[in-house]
Amino acid sequence: MVRRCFDPGREPAAGVGVVSLVHLAAGASGAVHLLQGGRMLASRLAALGLSAGAEVTVVRNDRSGPLIVLVRGTRVALGRGEASKILVEVAADAGAGSGG
Amino acid sequence: MPVPVRAAEARAGPRRSGDWTSHVLVALAGQPNVGKSTVFNLLTGGAQHVGNWPGKTVERADGTCRSGSLRLHVVDLPGTYSLTAASEEERIARDFILQQHPAVVVVIADATALERSLYLAAEVALLDVPVVLGLNMMDAAEAQDIQIEPRVLEAALGVPVVPLVAVRGQGRSELLAAIGQVAGDPDRFHPTRPAIGAPHREVLATLQRLLARHVPPPYKPAWVALKMLEGDDELTDAAKGWLGRDDWDEAQRLLMAHEDAVLDAAEGRYEWIERMMRAAVMRPRPGPITITDRLDRLATHPLWGRLLLAAVLAAVFTATFTLGSPLQQWLDRSVIPAMGAAMGDALGSAPPWLRDLAVEGIIGGAGRVVTLVPVLFVFFAAIGVLEDSGYLARAAFLLDGFMHRIGLHGRSFFPLFLGFGCNVPAVLAARVVESNRDRLLTILLAPLVPCTGRLVVVVFVSAVFFGGWAALVASALVVANLVVLTAVGAALSRSVLRGERAAFIMVLPLYHRPTLRSVAHAAVVNTWAFVCRAGTIILAASVAVWALSSYPGADPEHSMLATLSRVVEPLGQLMGMDWRLLAATLSGFVAKENVIATLGVLYGGEAHAGLDAALAVAVSPASALAFLVVQMLFIPCVSTIAAMRQETGGWHWPLVGTGLLLALALAAGVAVYQGAHLLGMVA
Repeated sequence: MVRRCFDPGREPAAGVGVVSLVHLAAGASGAVHLLQGGRMLASRLAALGLSAGAEVTVVRNDRSGPLIVLVRGTRVALGRGEASKILVEVAADAGAGSGG
Repeated sequence: MPVPVRAAEARAGPRRSGDWTSHVLVALAGQPNVGKSTVFNLLTGGAQHVGNWPGKTVERADGTCRSGSLRLHVVDLPGTYSLTAASEEERIARDFILQQHPAVVVVIADATALERSLYLAAEVALLDVPVVLGLNMMDAAEAQDIQIEPRVLEAALGVPVVPLVAVRGQGRSELLAAIGQVAGDPDRFHPTRPAIGAPHREVLATLQRLLARHVPPPYKPAWVALKMLEGDDELTDAAKGWLGRDDWDEAQRLLMAHEDAVLDAAEGRYEWIERMMRAAVMRPRPGPITITDRLDRLATHPLWGRLLLAAVLAAVFTATFTLGSPLQQWLDRSVIPAMGAAMGDALGSAPPWLRDLAVEGIIGGAGRVVTLVPVLFVFFAAIGVLEDSGYLARAAFLLDGFMHRIGLHGRSFFPLFLGFGCNVPAVLAARVVESNRDRLLTILLAPLVPCTGRLVVVVFVSAVFFGGWAALVASALVVANLVVLTAVGAALSRSVLRGERAAFIMVLPLYHRPTLRSVAHAAVVNTWAFVCRAGTIILAASVAVWALSSYPGADPEHSMLATLSRVVEPLGQLMGMDWRLLAATLSGFVAKENVIATLGVLYGGEAHAGLDAALAVAVSPASALAFLVVQMLFIPCVSTIAAMRQETGGWHWPLVGTGLLLALALAAGVAVYQGAHLLGMVA
């Protein structure tokens, strides 16, 4: 696992919550906070635009099956397992939506 | 999906580089779906050579062209999102750049997704080679109101930037001029390079110092250090060999303590990219609702999307058989017999055995290959349309859930789907699946997809025995095969091939109108894979089957094939199959298309009509049903096994797959025959 989640220097700002991408409903968006799941997965995701700080919008998140997200102008399909390893910062009141 | 139809390969490898020593070496790099192949075709026109990377299963294309007085040798690198050794393609692309040190690397970017496509440019820039950036799909960017200033981008990057609309042939001469300029005077350009994010600059510098005296050329310590921080296993292993014990321990300690450096490496690149974008790109905000958004609302919907997918697949098969079948029948009824007759006449004075060999063995065998070509061509062209339009990626997305049940994910849908045409291209196309385990499982399952060759047998035999029910029986057999495929996949992925399923991460490209060129390419390449690999083997085998069934006596009853089949007849009796049905099945091992021909020889029917009647009299419906089930599941044909051997790099997996299918076919055959008996079907 990439350790940034334990890095106190990366605490999200006040009023901002951190949730797994898999918990965002379609239409919701957030900024990538952290990629878990190892260096290899992190560098694959980064090559498709999913790097720390990138703005991600969920295009489709149904109860089961993969998600579609829009990041840096590209639509990317992500398995639920992969999406659950991507933590995003959202405004605290927008928190966990439906899906997942 | 990354150009999976480019599965076939020419028989010869790429020409030796010696042929091109007087040429300037140019490498073409780009992410998948940026139109890199179109640019390659635009540059090199007809002067191309397609082969495989030495020892690899990835296609390599070489071509030549001129830029002023310079003669260029252009190499089309595999499409990759980055240059970390995560896949075979990425390793090939970066090894080529490092070891062959091309005079110019042309990075093709998609102007509509510039931010992402510049990521590869950022990686290439780190390799310290002269770069030209080609901005493809400028027309699509304009249509989306994205304004790019190539001159500003050029100044910011420090490398020539050339706008292109490759599908319309725009930008060729400008691109060639830029390549010539860089090749002629590489020191004129001073490309900027991304740096790792600030928190890890110190760590990178320390690691670089450790590596400094140990890294052999062509590698550079700075780059190796960066890739190690990004989790590149290949270079980390290499570094272990390069470094002394103490230095390696220290390097390893750094890597352990800074696992998150990968995030800063990527962030550093995107910061660099954003600087370029701020300077040179104007984008409307918020993004307009594109055609892709609108189509995806339907195409990726859990219910409507699946219904649409079912309709699309039905349309593909309908188109294949309504367009392909008449041609097939025409070839089968008119052209092939006429060729046989002509050959017979031409060899009128030759010994009878030679005439038989030519007419039955060669023309008969070639005929079976040729008659399948129209059907396969239409099928593969239809797949080409789906692929090129971007729809296949949506199909993979929708079927990901189902594919999980058989231990795979959405990406394996494409190779398995090709299997309905011919299993050989299906096995070859399994290359689009990234992880070795997933690829292997896809290859093992591919022969369970009922191919055209088998469908022909099933349609013919079920028409003989089941009259009005024939279509239903044939469809049920296809469904049964897919059920078996699902069960086998589920079983294998929980036993022999247990293991981590690779991550499902796939770009959904924008929809666009398929080009005739790429659809034709898909159809030709895949059909050609069938003709070259399956075709030659079918032809050879057809001659062999003719010999086995014609010798030692003129009477097929006493031929070698009959003798062989009688040996296994006790097993056949369990399935209600006599030696003749067994002989037909055995000949199907060579090519499924042989089955009907062998039935024809053994049951003495000259024309199809004669064979129908002879079969209906000699074989019971229960036996026929068992025979059909065995046909559908029986071991893969020789060409498929050869493809499996090539793709898995040895005999182990083809033998496992063959044994598995053989056991399944026999078990199913016995079960169906005995079951049919119990249910009172006439014996």
